[in-house]
Amino acid sequence: MAVEKTCCASAEEEKAVRTALEAFEPVRTNLIPMLHAVQETLGQIPGWAMEEVAETLNVPVAEVWGTASFYTMFDLQSRAKHIIRLCESPPCHITGAAGILDAIQEELGIGPGEVTPDGVFGLELVSCFGVCGVAPAMIVDHEVHGNLRPEMVPQLLQKYREQ
Amino acid sequence: MPFYRAHVLVCCGNTCEMRGGRALLQLLTEQVQQSGLADEIRVVETGCLGVSDHGPAMVVYPEGIIYAGVQRSDIAEIVSEHLLKGRVVQRLVYTGPQAPPVEPEARVSYFGKQRKIVLKNCGVINPRSIQEYIAVGGYEALGKALTQMTPMQTVEEIKDSGLRGRGGAAFPTGLKWEFVADAPGTERVVVCNADEGEPGNFKDRLILEGDPHKVLEAMVISGYAVGARRGYVYIRGEYRQSVDNFENAIAEARQMGLLGENIFDSGFAFDIFVYKGAGAYVCGEETALIESLEGHRGEPRLKPPFPVTHGLWGMPTLVNNVETLANVPSIIQEGADWYRSIGTEQSKGTKIFSPCGDVLTPGVIEVPYGITVREVLYDIAGGPRGAADIKGVMVGGPSGIVIGQESFDRAFAFEDLSPGAGALIVFDETRCIVDIVANVAQFFAHESCGQCVPCREGGRRLLDILNGWTKGVGVASELDLVDSLGVGLRMASRCGLGQFAPVALLSSMELFREEFQSHVLDRHCPTGVCDMTSAVTDEQEQLSWLR
Repeated sequence: MAVEKTCCASAEEEKAVRTALEAFEPVRTNLIPMLHAVQETLGQIPGWAMEEVAETLNVPVAEVWGTASFYTMFDLQSRAKHIIRLCESPPCHITGAAGILDAIQEELGIGPGEVTPDGVFGLELVSCFGVCGVAPAMIVDHEVHGNLRPEMVPQLLQKYREQ
Repeated sequence: MPFYRAHVLVCCGNTCEMRGGRALLQLLTEQVQQSGLADEIRVVETGCLGVSDHGPAMVVYPEGIIYAGVQRSDIAEIVSEHLLKGRVVQRLVYTGPQAPPVEPEARVSYFGKQRKIVLKNCGVINPRSIQEYIAVGGYEALGKALTQMTPMQTVEEIKDSGLRGRGGAAFPTGLKWEFVADAPGTERVVVCNADEGEPGNFKDRLILEGDPHKVLEAMVISGYAVGARRGYVYIRGEYRQSVDNFENAIAEARQMGLLGENIFDSGFAFDIFVYKGAGAYVCGEETALIESLEGHRGEPRLKPPFPVTHGLWGMPTLVNNVETLANVPSIIQEGADWYRSIGTEQSKGTKIFSPCGDVLTPGVIEVPYGITVREVLYDIAGGPRGAADIKGVMVGGPSGIVIGQESFDRAFAFEDLSPGAGALIVFDETRCIVDIVANVAQFFAHESCGQCVPCREGGRRLLDILNGWTKGVGVASELDLVDSLGVGLRMASRCGLGQFAPVALLSSMELFREEFQSHVLDRHCPTGVCDMTSAVTDEQEQLSWLR
C-alpha cells in the first residue's frame, strides 16, 4: 500500500534522492550506504527520504529510522550551515577541550546541541575521531582543525562565516 | 623507468594535510619543474612520517633528511638550496625531541628505538601507487602463499609466528584462522575491522592512509588460508582519506589481477569491498560491526556463538584488526621463525603505540614488545610536554587501566603490561584524576548502545556520581557504591564496552585513593581543576530531585 510521503520535499530533491538510491542493489546490507548517499545528497536525512529508503528496501520505516538514528554521522533534521564537532574524548579533554568549548560558546553564544539564531553555526560535542596527535581538535564540516588554542577560535570561525 | 637522483616525499597524511601538506606538494612540484629539475628530482605524496605534531613534514632521499613545520615560503629555499645545491636547510630539519641537530633518519633518537615492520612503507612509498608497493616487495607474500603453500600451511605459519590480535583483545591470530578454516559451512568471509574508535588510537588510520596495499594483500592471504572468497573492510566513516586510499588500492589491485578470478594463476578467486561506518564507537566490537555490515543498528550479539562459526549472515567469519593483518605479509615472506625472534617469550613481533596528551612528541611509533613504559614515554615520546612530570597513563584508551610512575619500568608485553590497542593517553601532575575518569564515564555513557541494562543504566549512574564528585557534592557511601557498580558493569554487561567501562575508574581509585577521598570527603580538588564552588546549588538541586 502506498503511504503518503511526509512533507516537504521539492520535486528536485525527491528526484535527486531516487537517483542516488538507484545506484544500490536493494538489499538490507545496503541500508547504511544508502543513508550515506541521502546524507551526501541533501546534507541531512529527512523523514520523507527515510520513507523512500524503506520503500526501496521493502522494510518498515521504523527499521530505517531505528538504524539512521543509531549513528552519529546521520543528521535527521535540517541544521546549521556549518557544523562544529568538538572532540570531548580523554586525549582532547586532557589537553584543554574545555577551554576551546568556552571560547566557542563565547564567540557564538550557543552551547552544545544548539544552533546560532542566523543558522550559520551548529555546535556538537563528539567522541574521538582519531587525530589525537594534534589534540585538542575539532571538525568543521569535513575539515579537521588541531592543536587548538582558545585564542585561535574567533579567527577560525570567521573563515566559515565568510563562506 | 627514469632514474631520479633524489626523491622528496611530502606527507599528505590526515594531520599534515590539515596543515597544508597538499598545497605544499603542489607548490613543490611546480617549483621543481620551474627550476628544470623535473627529470632529476621526483616529488611524491606519501603517508604519515610519524612526526604528526610537527607537520607539515617532508623527507628528502637519499639523505633521509626530514623537514618539519614547512611553510609555503620555505619551499623556494628547499628547492634552491637543498635540491639544486645540495645544502641542507638546517633550520627546518626535524631532529626528534631530544636529538642533536642534523642526523640521518636512522640515528634520530625518535626513530632509534623503533623497529618498523608494519609501518615500514608508511612515509616511504606513495600509498596510491601499486607499482611503488610492488617495488618494495609488495604482493610477494601473496604470490608465495598462493603458489608455494597450501591454505593449511598458511594457517600453520601464522600460528607458529605467535602473532596475536592488535585490536586490544590479543587473541592468537593463527588459532582464529584455524577456527574459521575448520568451521562447518560452504561459504566463509573475512572482515577487516578498521572501525578504529577507541580514543587515543590513530594507528589504523595511519596504516590505511600510508600503506593500504599491505592490508589488502593480507586480507587476500587470510581469505586463501580460511577458504573465503569475499572480504569486507569496515572503515569508520570519519576516516575519509583511509576510505579513499583503500578504494583506490582495490581498483589498482583488480586491474592488476591481484583481486578477482584466478589470482597468480592459482585458481583462487577473491574480492574485497569497502563498507563505510557511520559514527558509532560500539561498532568496533566485532559482533556489533557484523550487525552494522548487515544493515542494522550496531548492537552487539551475545557470544557464543562466536563469529568464527556464526558471523556475517550466519557464515563463519574471520574478523581481524588492521594492524594484525598488516603483520601478515612480512610473516609469510620472512617466515614464522624470523617473526618469533622479535619481541618477548609470549609476545612476538612489534606493537604500534600512539602516545598522546601531555607528551612532547605525540604520534605513532612502532617498537618491539618488551620495551618499558619509561622508554616509550621519555626516550621516544620526549617525556612530559610542560614543566610538570607525568602523573599517569591510560593504557590502550579509556577502556584500559590507568598506571602511575611506579609502573613505568614495566614492559609492554602480554605477560606483563598488556598494551591494549596501543593508545597511551598521558596526563601530567597538573591534571585531576577525578576529572579525567568523569570524562571517561561521559564517553561510555554516550557510546553505550543502550541494549543491556547494566551498561545503559550503570554507566549513566557512574557518570552522575563522578560528575557530583567533581562539583563537591559527593557523599562517603558513594566510594563503595562505585565499586559495586563497577563490578556489576564488568560482570553483567553484554559486550566489552560495558565490561571495560569501569576499568580506568577502578584502577585509578586504587592508585590515587587520596585524591578521590579528598574530592568526596573534604570536597577539595588538590590540583584545582574541579570547580567545587557550584556545590551548594547543585547539592540543593540533587536533594530536591531525590525527594
